[in-house]
Amino acid sequence: MKNKAVLFIIGFIIWILLGWPPDVQHVIAGIPAAAVVAFLTGDMFARRPFRFGNIIRYLWFCYYVPLFLWECLKANIDVALRVLNPRLPIKPGIVKVKTTLKSDTGLTFLANSITLTPGTFCIDIKPEKGILYIHWIDVRSKDINTATQLIAAKFERVLKRIFD
Amino acid sequence: MSEIIGYIFIVIGLAFDILGCIGLIRLPDVYNRLQATTKCVTMGTCSILFGVFVIKGFSSTGIKAILCLVFLILTAPVAAHALARGAHASGVKLWSKSVCDMYEQDKGEGKR
Repeated sequence: MKNKAVLFIIGFIIWILLGWPPDVQHVIAGIPAAAVVAFLTGDMFARRPFRFGNIIRYLWFCYYVPLFLWECLKANIDVALRVLNPRLPIKPGIVKVKTTLKSDTGLTFLANSITLTPGTFCIDIKPEKGILYIHWIDVRSKDINTATQLIAAKFERVLKRIFD
Repeated sequence: MSEIIGYIFIVIGLAFDILGCIGLIRLPDVYNRLQATTKCVTMGTCSILFGVFVIKGFSSTGIKAILCLVFLILTAPVAAHALARGAHASGVKLWSKSVCDMYEQDKGEGKR
């Protein structure tokens, strides 16, 4: 029940933002729409809704966003330089990375962050073993521990505090 | 003033989009092409949308642009992930000069 309520609030906020500026008719129409969506898909949305009440997690999330944007910008400049270089300096390969995150949301965010950061992107996850398969455009190390340090460590530290 | 800043964001975004497309043509195989397109095109399009937000402010258009930006950041990597996994599952080989393919090795171990 609680995760349906959380999804109802989020859905209602998005409804209002889509129909900005809000007027009475629009808001009234939004209540049943958000309620239907929350009733149908609430159970899929969050398994542990009590975590939404924890303020410290939001603060860590605020720290995570600029970190992520900075890495994203570096990624773009990196790829742009590789593409524009006439010799095309790439050395691609698929490596394995370990992770200690357990929750689905945490793993999703980790995979998305890895995809949007320099030269790496996530191909598959094995949650039961805690292994991610990463395609790396410039393989610097085939060893699983070194690769984990280079690719995932800086996000994992923060994401662990947000989602686990 | 906010218009000038917005246009700067839009121009940067267009530049990144073009670089992503050049990468799509120049890089050798599916996986490397996905690298270029996900990163540059996500960033470029987000930059264009942010530019629209800066020009329009908290109006109807500006807020929709911000919503699109958030959804794009959340979904673009997932799409790339699905494409790459599908390509690997259907047997698309890595580029001949690739260094290693641990995914293929582990799949082989699973079958035995």
